[in-house]
Amino acid sequence: MNVGLFIPCYIDQFYPDVAIATYQLLKKLGCEVSYPMDQTCCGQPMANSGFSNLTKGCDVNFVKNFKDFDYIVAPSGSCVLHIKEHLKEGGSPAEIEKIRHNVYELSEFLIDILKISELQASFPHKVGMHVSCHGQRGLHLSSMTELVAPEFSKSEQLLRMVDGLELLKPVRADECCGFGGTFCVFEEAVSVKMGKDRIEEHLVNDVEFICGGDTSCLMHMEGILNRQGLGVKTIHLAEILNSAL
Amino acid sequence: MSVKQHAEAAQEFIKDEARTDWHDETLWFVRHKRDKAVNTLPEWEILRDWASRIKNHTLSNLDYYLRSFEEKAASNGIIVHWASDAEDHNRIIHKIIADNKIEKIVKSKSMLTEECHLNEYLQNKGIQILDTDLGEYIVQLRKESPSHIVLPAIHLKRQDVSETFHEHLNTEKGNYDPQYLAGSARHHLRERFIESDLAITGVNFAIAESGSFVVCTNEGNADMGVHSAGIHIACMGIEKLIPKTEHLGVFLRLLARSATGQPITTYSSHFNKPRPGQQMHVVIVDNGRSRQLGRADFRNSLKCIRCAACFNTCPVYRRSGGHSYHSTVAGPIGSILNPNLDMKANSDLPFASTLCGSCSNVCPVKIDIHEQLWKWRQVIVANGYVDKGKKAGMQGMAWVLSNPQVYRMAGKMGRWIMRTFPFMLNNRLNVWYKQREMPRAPEKSFRDWFKENK
Repeated sequence: MNVGLFIPCYIDQFYPDVAIATYQLLKKLGCEVSYPMDQTCCGQPMANSGFSNLTKGCDVNFVKNFKDFDYIVAPSGSCVLHIKEHLKEGGSPAEIEKIRHNVYELSEFLIDILKISELQASFPHKVGMHVSCHGQRGLHLSSMTELVAPEFSKSEQLLRMVDGLELLKPVRADECCGFGGTFCVFEEAVSVKMGKDRIEEHLVNDVEFICGGDTSCLMHMEGILNRQGLGVKTIHLAEILNSAL
Repeated sequence: MSVKQHAEAAQEFIKDEARTDWHDETLWFVRHKRDKAVNTLPEWEILRDWASRIKNHTLSNLDYYLRSFEEKAASNGIIVHWASDAEDHNRIIHKIIADNKIEKIVKSKSMLTEECHLNEYLQNKGIQILDTDLGEYIVQLRKESPSHIVLPAIHLKRQDVSETFHEHLNTEKGNYDPQYLAGSARHHLRERFIESDLAITGVNFAIAESGSFVVCTNEGNADMGVHSAGIHIACMGIEKLIPKTEHLGVFLRLLARSATGQPITTYSSHFNKPRPGQQMHVVIVDNGRSRQLGRADFRNSLKCIRCAACFNTCPVYRRSGGHSYHSTVAGPIGSILNPNLDMKANSDLPFASTLCGSCSNVCPVKIDIHEQLWKWRQVIVANGYVDKGKKAGMQGMAWVLSNPQVYRMAGKMGRWIMRTFPFMLNNRLNVWYKQREMPRAPEKSFRDWFKENK
């Protein structure tokens, strides 16, 4: 299985460990993984700020790097959603359609494509789950509390395969953390207040780690945790799934 | 007086963190009540789908249904008026008042009259108009605007209400008992109901096949006003129509559950025709709605039935308060309706969202609110209503991210600066750093690692 590893720009620059875990995990599970060396960014920061007219360069670059893969996998629901919804230039309509169809968020790929039911992973810690909005409400990686529908969660399904992990959920199961892309600086006060409130719910549960599928949300909460000198750490789902005994 | 942009007003709101927490929790309680109510109906998602389809159909055939409504209403003895904008709406109402030499007016359940600034218009002509719904009454006494379309005084605590009533109604100072306060308001309002000659109400649903309309209330003030006055004026936007009476069952079941978690509002008042000797008017208002109908990306915002579920679920609204949206309709739905009314003045609103999507999920008529927020951002930028610095920053970022070598160089330099001269970023000019630490800057990017370890 020919997988193109799509590493969002800020993960490449600031959180290489998340990318390394994703790469190693996919290899462990038998995928043939390539990392296209000239990838940069999906273009979401511009598009979500109202500048989708400036994303052509990113589109072209993305298509050039990823058009030949059976599957494109990224450890980020948000960036995957952007590609799925907004990639529009840089190739033939068929090429673009193929990419939009074949791009997967990591947990979705593990559950729906690889169909894994067990993992050799161990993480004997108390972990709080942060549900990221774009993965959840955009890619439907888990059920949503607003809808009258059966409950499910792909990331939880995966975390339950990890030895020793105790999973704890906040009372408001799927409230946004307030990152929101450039919202985090243009609406700084609301953004930070939302982040503080999310963290507070995890602190009540006495967790050691806050785990999520989008490093952007984690980076925002980590910034607040570190400023406040709280001992709780943030960790990406891939890092837990890749942790061995 | 210049109007504060959302971010600035929100920052001010949040300064009182305890009060922000109270506001957030109060509205979250309403959202939670809504969840409990909707989960009692296994057919909830089907109802939403039906409501959405009925509204879409109606909007696509609005000319037909408006004419049908007008014809049926007229044959029932209702006088129908058409207002192309807010000014028209106010002028029509003033003419009815003047023609009948009315001095005292009571009003209930109309956000449209707020949108048209009717109170101000009439007060400038020396006519008293009294909002009778408790929340509206409170904000009117305080000379404020509603901060929420269903819970207009939700930004106030009972202590605030007590002070306001002490000042205006001479209630006991320091008496915070809600029952006492509501009772005092009721006592004052009762007299005004009896002495008023004209009642203005809103309309929740206007039924095209029968020419009748329905007003949903919890306090019963619409009925009380209409029954004691000789003239009833009902104001409705053109989007309030539904084709048939049988469709009401879908909407009435959705509306109250979405709004407050009640199975149905206390009163669902049906108005069919004037009683003998009474005048009944309906003012049908466009005020930008047909323009919105012509915007392919935004037309279905007109499906809105004003339940405010999107307000209650919005994590940004709950932490910034309704007044930070500087509009009659605040919250996520307001942020996609208001740019249509005045794009420049409301250019900040579509950005007052993380695009989390919770609004679209609670919407009983399935408006894709968060997607329309995204689309309004594009329209607003394309129309030039964007800060020059932000635009330049975005252009710079787009250039860097479009060129892999430049991106790698910029990343490497940026990380080196962060490690070597942290003070260059960890300072007051960096908005992120105000309340958050910067991420650690590793020596190697993933790409660097991959080259060595693949």
